Amino acid sequence: MFEIIIYIFLGVGVFFNLLGSLGLLRFPDVYTRLHAGTKCTTFGAIFITVSVILIGLKIWFFDGNLANGSSLAIHTAVALAAILLTNPTGAHALARSAHKSGIKPVGAVIDELDNKTEKNKKEDDE
Amino acid sequence: MIDFIDLNVLLLVLGLLFLSILMALIRVIKGPTAPDRIVGLDTINTIVIVSMIIFGLYKEAVIYIDVAIVYAFLSFISTLFIAKYLEGGDF
Repeated sequence: MFEIIIYIFLGVGVFFNLLGSLGLLRFPDVYTRLHAGTKCTTFGAIFITVSVILIGLKIWFFDGNLANGSSLAIHTAVALAAILLTNPTGAHALARSAHKSGIKPVGAVIDELDNKTEKNKKEDDE
Repeated sequence: MIDFIDLNVLLLVLGLLFLSILMALIRVIKGPTAPDRIVGLDTINTIVIVSMIIFGLYKEAVIYIDVAIVYAFLSFISTLFIAKYLEGGDF
């Protein structure tokens, strides 16, 4: 029973990682590629990491192997926290820099951010 | 230490993650603009972190997971730095 839960979590994680890479290949634009390549991989990474944490907790509490299980669970939880902290922040910075370096979204009719960044505001004042 | 999980499943997971790394690598090579390539590199970094965790589980060595933590923070710093560089202007 326990293995089936682990296999389902691993399967969902790998499926979303593959989906993110496929979207990175297929989408037409930097911003849509960021959407696919960052959101889907973060979601898949959460599922795969949670499955490893569950394995560690099972070894810790049910098999009674305290040293191996606790180190596996706690270190993987720290790695999950690192992924959750760093990945959306990096994606935000990339989208901001792509917009500031002058790349327009494909098919966008109106760009509301256009006059709100500092560089463009300065140019408008002059 | 892991006797209730088939280790071949972990190998299959590693293979599929490698396939998705290859698909992101195509975008890194093909990408028309510089931010496209950086998006591909960011995706590759996340998948490499995940596959390091799975590899640490496969080899039953927690040291690979520690390496994954450090890799996560270093790749975050490099992504922020490249984004700041692409933005232009003064630092």
